[in-house]
Amino acid sequence: MSQTLLQKVWDLHTVRRLPTGQTQLFVGLHLIHEVTTPQAFDMLRQRGIGVAFPERTYATVDHIVPTLDQQRPFADALAEQMMSALERNVREYGIRFADLGTDRQGIVHVIGPELGLTQPGITIACGDSHTSTHGAFGAVAFGIGTSQVRDVLASQCLAIDPLKVRRIAVDGALGPGVYAKDVILEIIARLGVRGGVGYAYEYAGTAVEQMSMDERMTICNMSIEGGARIGYVNPDETTFAYLDGRSFAPAGDAFARAKRWWRSMASDADAVYDDETRLDGTAIEPRVTWGINPGQSVGVSEPIPDPAAAGPDGDEDSIREALDFMGFRAGTPISGTKVDVAFVGSCTNSRLSDLREAARVVEGHRVSSHVKALVVPGSKAVREAAESEGLDEIFQQAGFEWRGAGCSMCLAMNPDRLHGREVCASSSNRNFKGRQGSPTGRTLLMSPAMVAAAAIAGEVTDVRGMLS
Amino acid sequence: MSNFRIDRIEGTAIPVRGHNIDTDRIIPARFLKAITFDGLGDHAFEDDRQSMPNHPFSNPAYTGASILLANENFGSGSSREHAPQALKRWGIGACVGQSFSEIFLGNSTTIGLPCATVTAEDIEALMSAVEQAPETRLSFRVDASSIEMIAAGRRVSVAMPAAVRESLLSGQWDATSLLLDQFDDVHKTAAALPYVKGF
Ligand code: SF4
Repeated sequence: MSQTLLQKVWDLHTVRRLPTGQTQLFVGLHLIHEVTTPQAFDMLRQRGIGVAFPERTYATVDHIVPTLDQQRPFADALAEQMMSALERNVREYGIRFADLGTDRQGIVHVIGPELGLTQPGITIACGDSHTSTHGAFGAVAFGIGTSQVRDVLASQCLAIDPLKVRRIAVDGALGPGVYAKDVILEIIARLGVRGGVGYAYEYAGTAVEQMSMDERMTICNMSIEGGARIGYVNPDETTFAYLDGRSFAPAGDAFARAKRWWRSMASDADAVYDDETRLDGTAIEPRVTWGINPGQSVGVSEPIPDPAAAGPDGDEDSIREALDFMGFRAGTPISGTKVDVAFVGSCTNSRLSDLREAARVVEGHRVSSHVKALVVPGSKAVREAAESEGLDEIFQQAGFEWRGAGCSMCLAMNPDRLHGREVCASSSNRNFKGRQGSPTGRTLLMSPAMVAAAAIAGEVTDVRGMLS
Repeated sequence: MSNFRIDRIEGTAIPVRGHNIDTDRIIPARFLKAITFDGLGDHAFEDDRQSMPNHPFSNPAYTGASILLANENFGSGSSREHAPQALKRWGIGACVGQSFSEIFLGNSTTIGLPCATVTAEDIEALMSAVEQAPETRLSFRVDASSIEMIAAGRRVSVAMPAAVRESLLSGQWDATSLLLDQFDDVHKTAAALPYVKGF
């Protein structure tokens, strides 16, 4: 045996080879949310088809949820319409739903793992590109579009082409104040935002082995920002310990049997990869994006790059366009960039450990007077756990707003958004033009601890100076 | 449900220059707040058009274009099918570029919008020809894997993943019926999975 996890999972889930040459792949878990599914359900109705495996489908609501006032009906009539459509669809087809009123609601990529739905060796699909997050457990997890959501609802299968595998080994211990977010930003800066097209990324090496599940999720989450549709980490004791006792994880003897199978799904030691690359974890510093795609980042001690010194994605024109949009000058330090908004949240960095790290920086300080700062937990469960540790008080005393669970300012399909040319220090995953709701708004991606530091300093600053 | 085969798209073209044009730019998130895809065509590139007065989607010379010309990694980012839906509803029938993001390409294929790749030199030639003469008619052929500037008689080869090409030519680009074809096999595959059996 010399197979990667991807190959093993792929083989087990292959139903047949389609006449088009694609693989018909069985989907073990289909996660759905309000934005990318209403049209899919309508297409099913038009064709008179039902949902094939409702028991393998799980719904939540996250993108449009207001994080301040969650009273129904929502103030935004369009949001209310989407919410009602989801409610009708899950009722009609008998799909389990982490409704707003339950303690299970949250961002789809936060609640799947939290509830133990996400498990090693399974295939997962969801109408959202950050479905790659679930690969942290050794699942093969695809982001799909609405017509594919329809396919999965109708057949629990995807028509899909196989992927190559690139192993990315990060070795050595990360320095204090350096997090999974910095590692993935470094990887994307090195390999480029389209370097992963056609590949699954397998993250390995001692730095990744030592990471918690929360941190592994942060890395896998942003695989798609590097062009890789899926990313995964081989399951190990950390994975199993996380799953033990979760609502939908196997229990008792079944857990012991599951563990054996999960372990057997990990890539073999002699597995052959289509590509391999290595990074020195000890050399990574906190990173900040300066441009309009997640590959455009620098270490916090570095200057904003010059168009003449282009990286892997780097044609000069792209760098110039980014500098233009951001209003930044090549050669100036990224540190010291003034920020207007600080956002801790999103499926990349809104889990309990993220909030703990941010709170550690914030404790005993005040948010700078010109900064609007908010913390948006990824799920109701994260919010409750954080409150039981008193993190909410630390944030609020410092001047942060403490919100309800949802996607919030990550993409601004809800009331949370940037205004005008505001600059936002954000723990989310995309710094695309207009992403945070204002067509001219500017996003600087960084770790939650770096966001906390920026909120307090009122400008981008090296969090390592604040962690003593 | 079987679909019609898609073997050629003929018409004028619209060049959208730039690498890594993400789906947030093709259709900003606020237009996803709806339960249908209706009307998305009117908002294609909405914010880019506001900030760039010369954006091709605002240029009347390109009205009615059916072939979109793109550079590298077009359609990166969000998996929103709303992006190809918006382009299709605007009137685009095919995209030809240096490269496409995988999810965008998959989404486009399943709604019958072919995406094909060409070399950097070829896209540059196509774009500049169209910029100089927007009335230039192109013929994009899935069956011949080519795109031709009709009047000039200049033809360049395009590449498409074999499965995509096959699904367009056989009218099976909407996969639902294919996937339901041998449904017993789906149950067989599922039944053999340890986690489906409860370990
Ligand atoms: S937090 Fe942001 S990236 Fe994650 S699912 Fe929500 S909108 Fe998408």
